Amino acid sequence: MEPISTIEGEVAFLDRSDVDTDQIIPKQFLKRVERTGYGEFLFYDWMRDGEIELEPHPILVSGRNFGSGSSREHAVWALHQFGFQAVIAPSFSDIFYSNSTKNGFLPVALPEDVCREIATAGEAKIDLENQTVSWDGGEASFEIDGEIKRRLLGGLDDIALTLQTEDAIEAFEAGPGGTYGPVTTSL
Amino acid sequence: MPKTMFEKIWEAHEVKENLLYIDLHLVHEVTSPQAFEGLRMTGRKLRRPDKTVATADHNVPTDGTPVAAMIKDALSRKQVETLEQNAADFGVPVYSLGSETQGIVHVIGPELGLTQPGMTIVCGDSHTSTHGAFGALAFGIGTSEVEHVMATQTLVQNKPKTMRINYKGRLGEGVTSKDLILATIGKLGTSGMTGYVVEYAGEAIEALTMEQRMTICNMTIEGGGKAGMIAPDETTFEYMRGKPGVPEDFEAAVERWKQLPTEEGATFDTEVDIDATAISPMVTWGTTPGMVIQVTDPVPDPEKMDSPADKEAAERALQYMGLEAGTPMEEIRPERVFIGSCTNSRISDLREAAGAIKGRKVADSVRAMVVPGSALVKTQAEEEGLDKVFEEAGFEWRGAGCSMCLGMNPDILIEGERCASTSNRNFEGRQGKGGRTHLVSPTMATAAAIEGHFVDIRNWS
Ligand code: SF4
Repeated sequence: MEPISTIEGEVAFLDRSDVDTDQIIPKQFLKRVERTGYGEFLFYDWMRDGEIELEPHPILVSGRNFGSGSSREHAVWALHQFGFQAVIAPSFSDIFYSNSTKNGFLPVALPEDVCREIATAGEAKIDLENQTVSWDGGEASFEIDGEIKRRLLGGLDDIALTLQTEDAIEAFEAGPGGTYGPVTTSL
Repeated sequence: MPKTMFEKIWEAHEVKENLLYIDLHLVHEVTSPQAFEGLRMTGRKLRRPDKTVATADHNVPTDGTPVAAMIKDALSRKQVETLEQNAADFGVPVYSLGSETQGIVHVIGPELGLTQPGMTIVCGDSHTSTHGAFGALAFGIGTSEVEHVMATQTLVQNKPKTMRINYKGRLGEGVTSKDLILATIGKLGTSGMTGYVVEYAGEAIEALTMEQRMTICNMTIEGGGKAGMIAPDETTFEYMRGKPGVPEDFEAAVERWKQLPTEEGATFDTEVDIDATAISPMVTWGTTPGMVIQVTDPVPDPEKMDSPADKEAAERALQYMGLEAGTPMEEIRPERVFIGSCTNSRISDLREAAGAIKGRKVADSVRAMVVPGSALVKTQAEEEGLDKVFEEAGFEWRGAGCSMCLGMNPDILIEGERCASTSNRNFEGRQGKGGRTHLVSPTMATAAAIEGHFVDIRNWS
């Protein structure tokens, strides 16, 4: 995962709420077994019909409840591979938010009127370290979990970090916690 | 201090702060290939194959295709074959095409007794919330997290907030758990539960069967919730008894599970009260599950919406759905009916739907299909003769899979087609590009198939 520090540049605006992952990357593109090659199919149905037009600017701004619906991480891959590096919206679905942060793609939650101001300004700069977004005429700060921020800033691999504490996992498995649940291999 | 069920399960699974141990990892073909590939590239092992199980569901044709090699669509075939290969390479049990226990991942977990109270369960699929009906903490994850669980059997998690929804009174005659959850999402909105683990409680919930409870927890994600939960009770234990995956000393396990429910006086971050007696049969009119009304209501008027964002979303939705504000829902005529999906494809759903037919026929204007959630449900239904009841009435009887819930397989709507569907998502294009989905309960779907339009099931003999 690439480390993130600042993301700066033009803003693309998708003025819709409840943009779901079925729209971000329709199911016919989920049949691939690779992690790449999704960018060109971003918002396939809407783009193909000319219903929306989006430029691959560094920042995307959209409406509330962005990324709702299916857990498909393909949605994040598609946005990222299309060219976006961050998305700013009033709110996100939990799974989409988490998926984004695992891929070095930055979700930024800001109130709706602030999102509109940023979209109108057309250019913005996101500073992850200081948790601010600035644009011509304004600045806003955003919340992000400290641990998620640390991982994004460092481009750290979650699995490698967790495996550093493998002793703790082994200890847990040796205790009563290791005995919950069925043994799938013996069915 | 008194604890909630969620807190008890969370604390019992904390390996260390913010690292949660996972008791069961369910895997399907769409969200797993990149995770297996990640393991290969880094030379990592799958830590606990004995806590992992895989099935093929999303891509499965429901026409009886017996093995993966015979799937006609090349990409679907490759995805299912890749799953089989990955499972073999990493030692994971897999129920693929042709297996007696293949089926939708959220149907097979409970029916095989893999889903048990007090467990942590994850799957690369948002409807993993279904399993919470047993008093488990179950939620959907993305592919990076799937890989993390494969490699470590843990997940990095921040503790979510808790919500309890208390339903007062019981559901009325003809009103189902599907209506209850649709009405709840209609009230709280599609992001009303975002960030929360939601416990459903109260008399209306206690009165439900396990399969009805699963329908409710299943659609928690449509309200934005991370997980839905229902306290385990005698209904839960009775349902589980004798299933293949349950603990050998079942009675001892039951005693442990009885310790799980939320204690008197435990506090939630948010509590909501809903009058269950006031809930009616529901139908969605728009393109999110929150756009839902009683079947007796007319299509809403965007002009009367509170905020400009709601108005604009409603206008777009009506245009997409080809509906006029003010039209009574009962005059809307679906051409397709789909009974299936992880929300409503279990044996009791099929019994309810078949029971509502009473010798009548599907309307000439309608093409209707019934898709059992698993191969076991299919076998059971056929033993009970339900397949004959459906076929005689003019429904198509199909093989097990996700089918028209998401149209990743040959079962799809064509542009402009309107469908009464027992599934969980009515997003634009979900069931096929340009397809128009109305979410309903299995009995409402059956009635719509027979009458050719929506009807209030309470006044339908
Ligand atoms: S039935 Fe539908 S919602 Fe359920 S797992 Fe399959 S595709 Fe997902």
